[in-house]
Amino acid sequence: MNAVGAPLTRVDGPAKVTGSARYAAEFHPDGLVYAATHDSTVAAGRIVAIDTAAAERASGVLHVLTHRNADRLPYLTPAERPAVDPVAGEQLRVLQDAEVLFSGQPVALVIAMTQSQALYAATLIRVTYDAAPERLVYFDPARAKPTSEAAAKKGRGPETKKGDPDAAFAAAPVRVDATYVQAREQHNAMEPHATVAQWQGDRLTLWSKTQWVGNERAEIARRFGIAPENVRVINPFVGGAFGSALRTWPHVTLAAMAARRAGLPVRLELTRRQLFTAIGFRSETRQRVALGAGLDGRLTAMIHEVTGQTSTYEEFAEPALAPASTTYACPDRRTRYSLVPMNISTPCPMRGPGWATGLIGQEMAMDELAAKLKLDPIELRLLNYAEKDPMKDLPWSSKALRECYRQGAERFGWHRRTPGPHAMRDGRELVGFGMATAIYHVSRYPTSASATLFADGTVTVRCATTDMGPGTYTSATQVAADALGLPVEQVRFELGDSTFPPAKEHGGSTTMASVGSAVQAACTALKLKLAGLVRSGDANDPARLLRRAGLERLDAEASATPGDETKTYSSVGFGAVFAEARVDPELCTIRVARVIGVYDAGRIINPRLAHSQCIGGMVGGIGMALLEEAEWDANLGRVANATLAEYLVPVCADIHELDAFFVESEDRIMNPLGVKGLAELGLCGVAPAIANAVWHATGKRMRELPITPDRLLMA
Amino acid sequence: MVNFAYARAASVSAATDSLARHRSDGAHEQGADFLAGGTDMVQLMSEHLRNPDRIIDISALPGLDRIEQRTDVLRLGALVRMSDAAAHPAVRSECPVLSEALLASASAQVRNLATLGGNLLQRTRCGYFRDPGAPCEKREPGTGCPAILGQNRFHAVLGGSQHCIATYAGDFANALLVLDATVRIAGPNGERTIPLAGLHRIPGNTPAVETNLAPGELILSIDVATGPAARRSHYLKVRDRASFEWSIASAAVALDLGEYGTVRDARIAVGGVATKPWRLPQVETALRGKRLTLALVQEAAAHAADDAVPHGRNAYKIELIRRTVARALAETGGLA
Repeated sequence: MNAVGAPLTRVDGPAKVTGSARYAAEFHPDGLVYAATHDSTVAAGRIVAIDTAAAERASGVLHVLTHRNADRLPYLTPAERPAVDPVAGEQLRVLQDAEVLFSGQPVALVIAMTQSQALYAATLIRVTYDAAPERLVYFDPARAKPTSEAAAKKGRGPETKKGDPDAAFAAAPVRVDATYVQAREQHNAMEPHATVAQWQGDRLTLWSKTQWVGNERAEIARRFGIAPENVRVINPFVGGAFGSALRTWPHVTLAAMAARRAGLPVRLELTRRQLFTAIGFRSETRQRVALGAGLDGRLTAMIHEVTGQTSTYEEFAEPALAPASTTYACPDRRTRYSLVPMNISTPCPMRGPGWATGLIGQEMAMDELAAKLKLDPIELRLLNYAEKDPMKDLPWSSKALRECYRQGAERFGWHRRTPGPHAMRDGRELVGFGMATAIYHVSRYPTSASATLFADGTVTVRCATTDMGPGTYTSATQVAADALGLPVEQVRFELGDSTFPPAKEHGGSTTMASVGSAVQAACTALKLKLAGLVRSGDANDPARLLRRAGLERLDAEASATPGDETKTYSSVGFGAVFAEARVDPELCTIRVARVIGVYDAGRIINPRLAHSQCIGGMVGGIGMALLEEAEWDANLGRVANATLAEYLVPVCADIHELDAFFVESEDRIMNPLGVKGLAELGLCGVAPAIANAVWHATGKRMRELPITPDRLLMA
Repeated sequence: MVNFAYARAASVSAATDSLARHRSDGAHEQGADFLAGGTDMVQLMSEHLRNPDRIIDISALPGLDRIEQRTDVLRLGALVRMSDAAAHPAVRSECPVLSEALLASASAQVRNLATLGGNLLQRTRCGYFRDPGAPCEKREPGTGCPAILGQNRFHAVLGGSQHCIATYAGDFANALLVLDATVRIAGPNGERTIPLAGLHRIPGNTPAVETNLAPGELILSIDVATGPAARRSHYLKVRDRASFEWSIASAAVALDLGEYGTVRDARIAVGGVATKPWRLPQVETALRGKRLTLALVQEAAAHAADDAVPHGRNAYKIELIRRTVARALAETGGLA
């Protein structure tokens, strides 16, 4: 009986397609009322007056909260900064003072009997601002500051260096030195963020969209100065998040504040427009990549400098330079990371955080270098294959990237690619092939789970993790079934409740390794306990076993914790991504006809879900390469296209052939399941592979993403 | 969205009378709005860009949901759904440009709901117009147009003013323009018929006024003249993504070709680049009476942007319209 490895359909699929799966906004405690915020329209300044009279008179309105009448909250300092929070700075303390730090900041909140009444009344609030003399609205690299020591502790420091890369670069016979830009991207998950808050005395229940119920509980407890035991966070289903629900954002605080003021449960659901400012985004990034190589194609110098954006109140640093330190062998190398503080809300992780960004510059520069060397892009990558982690100088826990390149080239038909650009045509269309390496680190967190046997022979396994879409419900059920020796139908996996055994964030592709290992441990513990009972009865009749032992149920709980393996090994998931672009040479429209990825992601628990993860990443990558751009209006300090009609993501008609394959791989060093994690990896490398294909089709190096028709036409 | 009174109009006169009675007085009443398919109106209401206290649902008005084929004329009822019009055999054979423009619009789901009359009157997709937190001369005259110096990749290079460069977003109207369509309108003072070319207005000093419809007026039907040019017609739409997206440039072309490919009549309109559906008479003139060749197409299309004014990031549209018109002409003339 092997559930692991089987292409099981989602165990929660029927609940999702029939609508019985309840998302945060769909919990309706008795007496529920609704809240909506009024958001600032200036980028920086102070509120000098707020006229709430019309809003208070509007029909259905119960209360209007502003910084003048809102409760002052204690915001207790955590012993340790939550891993999902920015490395430095102070979080936005909403409705606590008159200061405005970005356009879109909530400055008032309306509580009303219906959602529509609250939203409309919020538009009636009139705020007078004293605009700040200086607004930091330009992404001006001249103002960039090196990241702080706090960032350095997380491996996102201002500089890394090995050897003398500048001298090596100057001496290199073949050089590429180019700057790449990637637009600000918004997560735009289907489900808008929402929180339903209910106080019962000093106990608070939150039904809230989050990727980490445990952190939301601790965070809200600190903000309100109450014991974490008095807060319960429930979130059984998440309609996509992509990193946007890792932190506990200010709207969660507002929902709880509103519920306390109203004395009633309150729902605060953000509008699509608000999702552009209230829940983070992927910062616009400019990166310089300088590569030096010998005539034999071996890299002699790698220089990678990234400039990102952060807010004025927090320092959000991401591992954009991790690929530069991890992907290729090169003796002399350095990285530099700096951030431009702006009057914007704080950015946050978005799928493939940092790594996907850094790979854009790196993999496009590698393509440029291959062209200069007249080498096949795969050949260049094989010549510089890193047999060990080049910066940490550690062996890989596993690496099958060579096999990814080989299989990918074969499945894609890479041999049909002409060496030079602008040489393949099909009718009017220019055709181009491009590829890129995908890479994302593997990690794992201490996690606990419980397993309970009931008299009917079923087992319920619980863990306070999340399933934002990858299929954790299903894959954890498969792991549990095998560990228990039961068919999957007899196992029920539950998540998304802070009263369950603790897990860390559902992010960074850590869930399978972390939660899977804990589930396996809990089920193994339950089997051991059961073995103690079996001596006195029939193992195939759990009901009788329990009755004879005088038990209604049998509980076990266990934790799984990573060991010292991260000190002795470097662990990374790998892949090779191939793309075919078809370009209309006059109208400059681009169609991605094919994307094929081959991945070394360790053991695959469920090939159907894994495939789905990867082709989903490819869709995201097509968006990143060709469509997604939050258009920043520096005059207003505001996003100019904050709707799903104007901020474009791919539609079905943009998606053609996508496929993902997995090479034989197992990583037993990093976790007992042998998995490496997959979610982030699926986005990595897709956008640069497409940009490289566009170059191959047109001969134009499009170093600014997204490659929209206007950019291609003007290039 | 605010609470509103909802009434389903039983007749055209009841609808126009009701709207005329419930005009905004600026203080107590926000006024009334017609609702048909609602695909744009509901968006405007949920962003609070329109807050009518009264909705007059015209979707059940009798007789307006038909396509009638008469001698040399197709009469398209204002309440015909976009998808039904696109699939109609007479529309497809007599005026392919209409069917193609409709199918290139929105998504299948939207086309199943949206009506032809509503489509003609859809509001611009200018991001600033749609953002209640941004200034906009169309919404609040006197606040200034942020698009002119701001993010204007989607904005118009033709027909703009210092107050507004918002693009007319539709496709269907551009196609109607090359068929010399007329629009039958009912209002409190009775019926009148105007050319489609006279329906929309350039922004000028009054960008808030987008059409020449008087308050309370309602589109009843659109008349399209059929004939050789209508039969040889075509719509080409260029957009960032392959579906469910407004154009960055589009061209509607109708050609009447004589023996040896001589251009007897040429009508060309462009969309996605102008503040209203926009005819290109200078391109038409350059084609008339000459034999249609790729060289002539290029020469004529070079005039497509003669009056264009760029504003920064939308400068690419000047070259893109030329190329779009050239491609559409070549395709229509069987040269591509």
